Amino acid sequence: MIDSSTVTEPVVKLTAKDFQTDQDVRWCPGCGDYSILKQVHTILPQLGLKKEDLVFISGIGCSSRFPYYTDTFGMHSIHGRATAVASGLKATRPELSVWIVTGDGDALSIGGNHFIHLMRRNFDVNVLMFNNQIYGLTKGQYSPTSEVNKITKSTPYGSVDHPFNPIALALGSDATFVARSMDRDPAHLQQMLLQTWKHKGASFLEIYQNCNIYNDQAFELFTEKGTKKMNDLFMVEGQPLIFGNNDEMGIRLDGFTPQVVNLNDGFSKDDLMVHQPKDINKAMILSRLYEMNDSEHHFPKPFGVFYVKDRDTYEDVMNGQVEAALAKMGTGDLDKLLRGKETWTVV
Amino acid sequence: MSTKNFEVLEEVVIKFAGDSGDGMQLTGGQFTNTAALFGNDLGTFPDFPAEIRAPIGTVAGVSGYQLNFGSKEIYTPGDKCDVLVAMNSAALKVNLFNLKKGGIIIANTSGFDLKNLKLSGYDKNPLDDGTLDGYNLIKVDVTRMTREATEDIQLGVKEKDRCKNMFVLGFLYWMFDRPMENTINFITKKFAKQDDVKEANLRALKAGYHYGDTTETFTTRYHVEKAKMEPGTYRNIMGNQALSLGLVAASQKSGLPLFLGAYPITPASDILHELAKFKNFGIRTYQAEDEIAAICSAIGASFGGSLGVTTTSGPGMALKLEAMGLAVMLEIPLVICDIQRGGPSTGLPTKTEQADLLHALYGRNGECPMPVLAARSPADCFDTVLEAARIAIQHMTPVILLSDGYIANGAEPWRFPSGNDLREIKTSFAKPMENGEKFMPYARDEKLARPWAIPGTRGLEHRIGGLEKQNITGNISYEPENHEFMVKLREEKVELVADYIPLQSLDSGPEKGELLVLGWGGTYGSIKASVKELQDEGYKVAHAHLRYLKPFPKNLGELLHNYDKVLVPEINNGQLVKVIRDKFMIPAIPFNKIQGLPIMKAELVNSIKSLLA
Ligand SMILES: Cc1ncc(C[n+]2csc(CCOP(=O)(O)OP(=O)(O)O)c2C)c(N)n1
Ligand code: SF4
Repeated sequence: MIDSSTVTEPVVKLTAKDFQTDQDVRWCPGCGDYSILKQVHTILPQLGLKKEDLVFISGIGCSSRFPYYTDTFGMHSIHGRATAVASGLKATRPELSVWIVTGDGDALSIGGNHFIHLMRRNFDVNVLMFNNQIYGLTKGQYSPTSEVNKITKSTPYGSVDHPFNPIALALGSDATFVARSMDRDPAHLQQMLLQTWKHKGASFLEIYQNCNIYNDQAFELFTEKGTKKMNDLFMVEGQPLIFGNNDEMGIRLDGFTPQVVNLNDGFSKDDLMVHQPKDINKAMILSRLYEMNDSEHHFPKPFGVFYVKDRDTYEDVMNGQVEAALAKMGTGDLDKLLRGKETWTVV
Repeated sequence: MSTKNFEVLEEVVIKFAGDSGDGMQLTGGQFTNTAALFGNDLGTFPDFPAEIRAPIGTVAGVSGYQLNFGSKEIYTPGDKCDVLVAMNSAALKVNLFNLKKGGIIIANTSGFDLKNLKLSGYDKNPLDDGTLDGYNLIKVDVTRMTREATEDIQLGVKEKDRCKNMFVLGFLYWMFDRPMENTINFITKKFAKQDDVKEANLRALKAGYHYGDTTETFTTRYHVEKAKMEPGTYRNIMGNQALSLGLVAASQKSGLPLFLGAYPITPASDILHELAKFKNFGIRTYQAEDEIAAICSAIGASFGGSLGVTTTSGPGMALKLEAMGLAVMLEIPLVICDIQRGGPSTGLPTKTEQADLLHALYGRNGECPMPVLAARSPADCFDTVLEAARIAIQHMTPVILLSDGYIANGAEPWRFPSGNDLREIKTSFAKPMENGEKFMPYARDEKLARPWAIPGTRGLEHRIGGLEKQNITGNISYEPENHEFMVKLREEKVELVADYIPLQSLDSGPEKGELLVLGWGGTYGSIKASVKELQDEGYKVAHAHLRYLKPFPKNLGELLHNYDKVLVPEINNGQLVKVIRDKFMIPAIPFNKIQGLPIMKAELVNSIKSLLA
């Protein structure tokens, strides 16, 4: 009944402008969401898809206003449930390009359950999680990614709970694509968005997003010129892991333990850990790299693709079962079904 | 051989009761099929323990199956039993109160040994101490005789003992003059690959039958004639099964693929199990991680152009409320089935209740109207869910269907329709727009329904969500007047459904007069049986039964005002009665039973008589 024939027709040339809507964008001036919106609008025409085959589904939060500003099909659903809504849509309309826009609170707090299940099921959807480490829309309470001891309106004495590591959580939930980028690096963000889209399976992209009103400069260390080089590790597949002001620092593995080494101290690039995003163990190590920082070690924060894995998508297997049943048993006969196995006739 | 007398009965109620492992559901089911094939009208109700593996021999572990069959019309599984099969002392303890005075007890004596007596809390053996004086007690050592019948078969004692239920069934077939063929076929098929097990079951069945024939103790056999039923072809059907078939029919008749998002919960899970089988009908079932994901996935599927359905019971309904609100704002089709059980909280998970009516009508944040329908009997679940789907699709709205544990697990003969007899459900998606004209997602037709604009359709790109929106454009709007307008519009849209449903008719009784009994949902059989008995005695009582609870049929007020008194029996603390009083300003009288049990005919008959006195 659903007409999916349109999907195969030749593709129209679109521009970023074609994806803008007539609605006023209402984020606070200076909010990192603007940059993310811009980068998404920039890459969408590059996908070669028609507007009507794109769907953006969001939950609730500042970030979740996103669909109103993107001229595709869209749903601003309820807090934490975008993942669940998208699952039903993708299961029944696998030919659509389905994007989920969510915040750290939306995805990991109220929607934490759906988030992990979406990952393990591996629906072919793209999850863009805007992480600002705060609840923006409700005006500044700490979130499940806020650092311990954060002073907010709801935690005047400092927050008590240990934060989630979203990358490690996604890996632990058996996501098949896990990556991180940031609002302040348009080129990298565009590149990551494209890779997120390209991967067939549940793709998780964590995007550091500055909330300049309630959690300003939370990612300053990673986004500002002066500190960025020493604190960011941009991972490139097949390349050694290198960072530093003059690319002089590298990550080396001693067994399972990562070390930071200086290439000027007698180490060569050949000694370094090579980025292999298909290796789950390496991905796990990198996901925790920054947590290993202490007074003696200075580890950078990795950006880029942590992990990629090919696995059957939920919708392919689900629909494959339907097709197999149809092939084996033929189209269901309603009369036979209503009649059942045993009947009797009264004359 | 048969020198024994036959007594002809119009109606018999048998309760099969034993330990969960005694196979009473299967035994009851077999007797039911045999009675149905013979041509009796019938009603059944299984009664499971709440625990999956309650300790053997205890009162908590008793599983029962009640069957009412007759040569006259049967509306319920029956009040009190004529025959109680007690496989052990716990089964007797749990069910004796519900046996008619003078009723028959078939007791398996080996289930009354010291251990069983102790586990079920009897100090003395009730089979011997006079407890059962006044009943017709038939003591049979089922265990011993089953073992004897299967003596030379190479099976362990445990496996042989598992055939006990077939011995009992054989005995009952003899007692009620029923052929064994149906069950012989069943056993032969079921154990086709296990010769010994098949043989043991067949031997036990036949041994039970012959035991009746050869033992001089039993002097009476009973005969229940065929019922005079409407001509046609029938099958036996349970409520959840009928509901599942109704959903398949809705999918076929609308041409929409069906997507069921569900999370297991008693007594709704069987719908998920059933629909999961029908993949070659293009049905997709999705066992979600929780109730919220279940309804949200169904919303996603509906947004994409499928018929989204979610099935659940009370606690799951509670979890779905926020998402139901979203569906009301999105104005997309969605069918939400609540198979009610005893509440609140986990309540009585395996018992029945009708206590989610107010929850369905009002239990959401904000002004959040949606149509509510209730099925009245196992077979009626088919028609009602089909109707729910029709309303959902044609009026672009979520619809709640209420069933309950009693009709979900109960069974009755069903004169099933042919697919061609069922009405098409006209469905249309919004057409593509080519000329750059702006699509208006909240424009409305004469039903006030908005267009169903599914992704993938050129020119229809639009955004919808839970925020208040402007009519026609669907743009977010916080304007005060707009909100009031939209709240009233959504209410009016649901009320307009009344133009597309039948007027309320009387089930029986005079069109005007002293008393109308007004019911809804699963109490149908009990009310019908009670009213029938009173009418036969000459009382002027009428019965009307509601399927549409929101909106009410347009003539309901007029109909109610034709009677001096309106009695509203419900298995809750008085819910429909509140709505009726509120809406029609009449002093409707409640009749409530809140025991996790259906209403008994005798109770209701007495209550009605006292009102008429
Ligand atoms: C059921 C429910 N509970 C609470 C809220 C209030 N609420 C809206 S957004 C939000 C948190 C948003 O934080 P996040 O997901 O990080 O998004 P941000 O606003 O920071 O982009 C909360 C608590 C709600 N809308 N719904
Ligand atoms: S509150 Fe923060 S996250 Fe929300 S729009 Fe303003 S700056 Fe952005």
